[in-house]
Amino acid sequence: MITIDDLTVSFGAVQALRGVSFVAETGRITAVLGANGAGKTTLLRTISGLKEPKSGTITMDERSLVHKRTEDIARLGIGHVPEGRGVIGEFTVEENLRLGAMMAKVNLQQGLDEQYEQFPVLGERRKQHAAKLSGGERQMLAMARALIAKPSVLLLDEPSLGLAPLVTAQLMHTIHSLCETSDLTVILVEQNASSALRIAHHAVVLHVGKVVANDAASVVAADENLRQYYLGLVE
Amino acid sequence: MDPFLTSRIVTDVLGGLTNGVIFGMVALSLVLIWRSTGVLNFAQGAMPMFATYVGFALLSYHFGYWACVVACVIVGLLIGGLTERLLVRGLYGKPEINPIVVMVGFLIVLEAVAAAIWSSFPRSLPTPFSFKDWQLAGKPLALSPFTVYEIVTALIVMTAVAVLFRFTKLGLQLRASAVAPEVSRLLGVRVGRLLTLGWMLSTVVGVITTILVASNLFQGLTPTVMDGIFAYGFIAAAIGGLESPVGAIVAGVLLGIINQFVTDYVNQNAVIIIALVLLIVSLMIRPSGVFTKRSERRV
Repeated sequence: MITIDDLTVSFGAVQALRGVSFVAETGRITAVLGANGAGKTTLLRTISGLKEPKSGTITMDERSLVHKRTEDIARLGIGHVPEGRGVIGEFTVEENLRLGAMMAKVNLQQGLDEQYEQFPVLGERRKQHAAKLSGGERQMLAMARALIAKPSVLLLDEPSLGLAPLVTAQLMHTIHSLCETSDLTVILVEQNASSALRIAHHAVVLHVGKVVANDAASVVAADENLRQYYLGLVE
Repeated sequence: MDPFLTSRIVTDVLGGLTNGVIFGMVALSLVLIWRSTGVLNFAQGAMPMFATYVGFALLSYHFGYWACVVACVIVGLLIGGLTERLLVRGLYGKPEINPIVVMVGFLIVLEAVAAAIWSSFPRSLPTPFSFKDWQLAGKPLALSPFTVYEIVTALIVMTAVAVLFRFTKLGLQLRASAVAPEVSRLLGVRVGRLLTLGWMLSTVVGVITTILVASNLFQGLTPTVMDGIFAYGFIAAAIGGLESPVGAIVAGVLLGIINQFVTDYVNQNAVIIIALVLLIVSLMIRPSGVFTKRSERRV
């Protein structure tokens, strides 16, 4: 479980997050929605320690994550799939996965086999350089690389960005299945609100750094004002 | 016996190979640092020189050649690590000219301090290998036990670096830290430590190179022992591509062989001119380096 309380993050004089508070429950998908510049990516980067907060707390199961190094936060079991996926193009698919498995306590081959079973296309392309994969395949690789370390929390930053609708639907289905079959806590940052709300249990809506809604995904999805003014979902 | 093996061409190739592996090692050590930290280390000759002086100071206490070599490697590890932590770490992400100025300054300081402590007079290192060329049918072959020691050591170092980077977990983390530091940190890789380790490894490659150079009967150890060789190593790294360890080594070896032919058939004074012409031509045709893929080049 990730608890965020009164989190404020600044870039110089500009406040990217202003007093953000919410709880991402264990085994649930929490969607963080909002327009460009709402502070969604900054939120994930702050959880991962890539950005220092100005004030507020972030805890994982009572353990504070603030002022910890990114690599130490990762080693606590937080997997972060960054915006733009962050696969290493110069590495092969398997090298990317081996790098992800460094911190895992599982057997490497077993971890690889599990990911190839989950994402068969990666198994077929294990020796190919990641730069040669399609957008959807890169997203799968980024997910698999995070999952091979058996994280307890998965932070996903715009996984549907640049993907075809069908690939997005498959991806969302995969994320949903992962949560159904394990205790994985997912914080899913998305601009594609309708796709995210379809699989999320809980939703937080950010608007210029402030939380404007924090409720069950079904409630947020049914709120006409939120849909119209903050999520751009016009019938 | 085959006269071909003692012919002028083979003699030049063997002589060039001996110098070439040295240039290749210097180029490799430059590439290791450039790839991992984006710093062009102009003190890459001076840092190992200093470590070699410190290590071989043990000779005064009646330690043998190999004990001194081990001491040099240990001091090299320390100098490389401390330089990264204390001098270079604050320069990452700054304009490229900043580390260049700092490292040129460090080169000058190290050479001046070494001259003040140990003098500029060449100091011979007591290598256990003979410098006398082997004979074939009464003619000298351009190979001696010492040149074989040089070439075999260089091959071992290059192979070890290749195996480390290509086949080990540590190598995977070192490569990842170099090309994608933020992503690596998100995967739990301790990037800061690995950057320090990259500098340590590179300095050790430099130390081994310096020992080989300074062990040569006609050279000896001086504070400026690596200056000229650094220039050729730098040219090799630029021709081969600063992103490509294999390119650096191949360019270094070829440069050594070309230099030998120029010395033999033209004039020794023409060697640096030809090397610079090769550099300019290669930069005009492939500015990213002959062995670097265009997409790999950092600008």
